[in-house]
Amino acid sequence: MIQNKTKIRILVAKPGLDGHDRGAKVIARALRDAGFEVIYTGLHQTTEMVVTAAIQEDVHVVGLSILSGAHNALVPDIIQGIQAKGLTDALFVVGGIIPDEDFAALKSQGVHMIFTPGTGLQEVVDYIRNNAPSRE
Amino acid sequence: MSIQSSKEKMDALRAARAEWVTRLKDSEAKYPTRNARFTTQSDMDVPLLCTPLDLEDIGFDYLRDSGFPGEFPFTRGVQRNMYRGKFWTMRQFAGFASAKETNKRFKLLLEHGQTGLSTAFDMPTLMGYDADSPKSKGEVGKCGVAVSSLEDMEELFAGIPLGDVTTSMTINGPAAVILAMYFAVAEKQGVPKHKVKGTLQNDILKEYIAQKEWLFPIKPAVGLVIDTIEYCTQEYPNWNTVSISGYHIREAGATAVQELAFTIADGLGYVDGCLQRGMKIDDFAPRLSFFWDVHNDFFEEIAKFRAARRIWARLMKERYGAKDPRSWMLRTHAQTAGVSLTAQQPYNNIVRVAIQALAGILGGTNSLHTNSMDETMALPTDESVMIALRTQQIIAEESGVAHVVDPFGGSYFMETLTHKVEKEALDYLRKIDEMGGIVAAIENGYPQAEIGNSAYHFQRLLETKDKVMVGVNRYQQQEKSKPLETLYIDRTIEQTQSQKLVSLRARRDAQAHAAALSQVKEDALAGKNLMPSMIEAVKAYATLQEVCDTLRGVFGEYRELGSF
Repeated sequence: MIQNKTKIRILVAKPGLDGHDRGAKVIARALRDAGFEVIYTGLHQTTEMVVTAAIQEDVHVVGLSILSGAHNALVPDIIQGIQAKGLTDALFVVGGIIPDEDFAALKSQGVHMIFTPGTGLQEVVDYIRNNAPSRE
Repeated sequence: MSIQSSKEKMDALRAARAEWVTRLKDSEAKYPTRNARFTTQSDMDVPLLCTPLDLEDIGFDYLRDSGFPGEFPFTRGVQRNMYRGKFWTMRQFAGFASAKETNKRFKLLLEHGQTGLSTAFDMPTLMGYDADSPKSKGEVGKCGVAVSSLEDMEELFAGIPLGDVTTSMTINGPAAVILAMYFAVAEKQGVPKHKVKGTLQNDILKEYIAQKEWLFPIKPAVGLVIDTIEYCTQEYPNWNTVSISGYHIREAGATAVQELAFTIADGLGYVDGCLQRGMKIDDFAPRLSFFWDVHNDFFEEIAKFRAARRIWARLMKERYGAKDPRSWMLRTHAQTAGVSLTAQQPYNNIVRVAIQALAGILGGTNSLHTNSMDETMALPTDESVMIALRTQQIIAEESGVAHVVDPFGGSYFMETLTHKVEKEALDYLRKIDEMGGIVAAIENGYPQAEIGNSAYHFQRLLETKDKVMVGVNRYQQQEKSKPLETLYIDRTIEQTQSQKLVSLRARRDAQAHAAALSQVKEDALAGKNLMPSMIEAVKAYATLQEVCDTLRGVFGEYRELGSF
């Protein structure tokens, strides 16, 4: 396990118009209970809003929750935006309704992990604990 | 039977029960119970056995608490002969991509025996944005059909005579604008107003609580709902103005009791709004309808439907003094629980849907949507929609359950559970009344927090396997089952829809369009009923977003703090 000097900060974001926030909120709570620092954006965030929040909070992990089918359009823009602003080591995870056939494209655009319905909370916590970037 | 002998019988029963319980303990010593607790899907304790003693404990009085079907308090159903008269309406929710494609799906469903249409809109439409808005990127046509103007609405219902079908439209924030478009299409088809029948979801309060597709701050948004009720009461007497919805509240994680309580509270919010507007209860209450989720727990769901009818009937009669029996009746649509479906071993979903559908029907629903097995992954294919529709037809035609009214009525367990669900829901309603009503409760974040807690609690129960989802946390399969063909929405729909809008904006009468929109603004500022000016605006081909932006300019926009 990588030991971070600072507490791991995670941005849980709801980009786009999708209003399904049950999953994002449950995950945010589980991550907080697991000892991470969690920032939740709230709903209906534009790409720019998510990028700005990630940079301002200097997060280690960005979790994007999308259940409306807009992931292929929104995720790459957000990752590019965050990386272009200099946050190059952030871990990107996506959760929601993501069809198998979209996995490869999302991963090639910089998504490290995709969690689909039925994933256990502990699995998400463990993945983030083991893969969040180490920073001085 | 004299009162004395009835008391003696109960005493004898009590003694017999006590003896049986000692023998039960012996049996349990031999065969220990599987779990420490047995609970409903909502984590409510379930007794091993109920007897007439339980009915005595709750003070069950048949005439007062059940009565006869079609009569107050409607516990047993809203029609006297229920499904012997006619089956529930089989109404599959459909909508994807363009209006033209959805129109084809509608016609397919009608050809196969579906009896009502139900329209799903895409995210931009639900949020009051046109297909070519930057906010619509990636969302056009994905979760439903894209409707940005009257032109799309005309295509959606092309060749479907609106006087002969009933249409349900699932939209809330901009519902009044979409309704204006529907009425405009009906008018163009020459359908007399009293023959225009259907339901607009139009339940904005549950958006702030659960579904989170809002446009304006709460008070003007509720005002817009009241506008539609007032207008339809005068002009479109057979239109169901609001479908007061528990579905989304439940799907967001609420328990059955919370679904029931918050939904009834929303209904009371609209009733209070109409009364404040000066309307009379019996003029609008008969056209209010409800929409429940049907989750996995068979008995709990049936109890919820029964308790809902009883609570509503009593509130309408006793609190509001409604005289028309139609005002007392809680008529409802229902949908099987999307959240119960699993992406793992997706064919199992067919079975879940069948059990849930059966519960909805035994609960006395008036209309039903059965989910398709692939809806946890994408919008359903033609094939999976057909299985879902056939599920309802098998229950209706083959199972025999539609022959008899409320067969669980009088069951010791069912009456006890109905009473418990009712009592707990009434406790919530009292709390909400004390907060000053549902609008104040939402502003305090109360229902939102209660639902969030329940959702988290349920997820924890899954983690500990105290609750089981087959194929997810028990009976998992290593190798994937045969993948389903899922419906794929082409992204070119975004360009096609945008081009249509560019062409529409160039073609329409610019002067009439501008005048119609400024009338909407003027009426909004003056606090007038907005339906007449919005109908004129959509007829002048003002787009959905143009009308909504005009109102956003007057009312402002709602923002929720991102708490969890």
